[in-house]
Amino acid sequence: MPISSADLVARLKKGDLRAASRLMSRAESNDDETLSSLGAIYRAAGRAHIVGLTGVPGSGKSTLVSKLVETIRKDGRRVGVIAIDPSSPFSGGAILGDRIRMTNLVMDEGVFIRSMATRGSTGGLARSALTAVDILDTVGFDVIIIETVGVGQDEVEIAKASHSTLVVSAPGLGDDVQAIKAGILEIADIHVVSKCDRSDSNRTITDLKIMLAMGVNIAIKDRGGKPLWQVPVVGTSSETGEGIDTLIATLDRHRDVHRTTELGEERLRNIAEYRTFKTAEDLLRSQFYKSTNKRIQDVVEQIARRELDPFTASNDLLKKIAF
Amino acid sequence: MSLPIRVLLAKVGLDGHDRGVKVVARTLRDAGMDVIYTGLHRTPEEVVNAAVQEDVDILGVSLLSGAHMTICPKIMRLLKDKDAEDTIVVVGGVVPDEDVIPLRDMGVKELLLQDTTPKEIVARLEKLVQERGPR
Repeated sequence: MPISSADLVARLKKGDLRAASRLMSRAESNDDETLSSLGAIYRAAGRAHIVGLTGVPGSGKSTLVSKLVETIRKDGRRVGVIAIDPSSPFSGGAILGDRIRMTNLVMDEGVFIRSMATRGSTGGLARSALTAVDILDTVGFDVIIIETVGVGQDEVEIAKASHSTLVVSAPGLGDDVQAIKAGILEIADIHVVSKCDRSDSNRTITDLKIMLAMGVNIAIKDRGGKPLWQVPVVGTSSETGEGIDTLIATLDRHRDVHRTTELGEERLRNIAEYRTFKTAEDLLRSQFYKSTNKRIQDVVEQIARRELDPFTASNDLLKKIAF
Repeated sequence: MSLPIRVLLAKVGLDGHDRGVKVVARTLRDAGMDVIYTGLHRTPEEVVNAAVQEDVDILGVSLLSGAHMTICPKIMRLLKDKDAEDTIVVVGGVVPDEDVIPLRDMGVKELLLQDTTPKEIVARLEKLVQERGPR
């Protein structure tokens, strides 16, 4: 007989890491018992500093995470990591390989790493990533880093879900026009240029700084017009360790600005709004699949022959969802 | 929608050959499973820590070095210490016939040795998870 989720939550609140890892697995199913447990966990969470980390594939995200965690650990803070990799669009399976670059952390009791697959959700986040964050928060981790799947240019959900968003760029991946495009570069609270041991990294740092200076709102200001935060560009090298301390100090400063000013409240409200929409969307989607899957099969033939259109059909199907 | 089976594939000790385990990883992915690979030269402690944090259904240990009778008992003991006895342990690679029964006796649920086809590996892992039931 499997242990009840409520019992697991009780163990979680006492700091039991085994309960944490089991709850993360259960969180992926949508049954009522689990949902109510997740609610209890959400209400108990709220202390940790949640850091989102994103960037194009190959920009050095996982290696940077392992350096960051190693360095944050020196002052005793406990760090959780949620590492997300893509699922195959064909089989639904995934190879989760971020751990390979974090082997230095495995034996540290103050570090918890969980790998996740995107499993059909877009935006660079796995569906249950944020519940995993709540679980790590409740069990007592001080900093939680979400490493997104290596995203392209438009997967920006991480910024809606984290307290501080790091966008990692690597030298040699594009010119300054890439930098002024919309999307991923706009969501950064802190820009990181990785691989700074490379000679062309200065160029990337300069391009980013120019891009930021072109923006009208160079600094985020409070209601009285006082500047609260200016998006910095920090160069790091996971090879030499250069810039890692600066990056952590910058992250802590960003956290403090949010904890002590109106920016923080606004961000927390935005995160709450995003999560509520997202959760509702997930529930709706799974309900839709559950109750309409067979009926979709009935109409696809007609739609393929253009006797029926997807707009009318989905409207009808939505009306028939059984709750 | 049922959740994918989660598998941790591990290379433990002084064994530098991972072509096989990578083929298995790919096979399991194509069968719809979530596969976490540890990389080479891990210790039993590292592997068990990863298995606990990842809460995998299956821990697959790939061994071509002949060290299975040293490494497997350690892994089984560590899983017990960490309250993760319900992890299904399977061994793949090269194991002499006379070691098969001792390994099963210590709790290794399945041995997938060199002649096992990819299809058979998938089928046997799916069966093991099904037999275990929900947890």
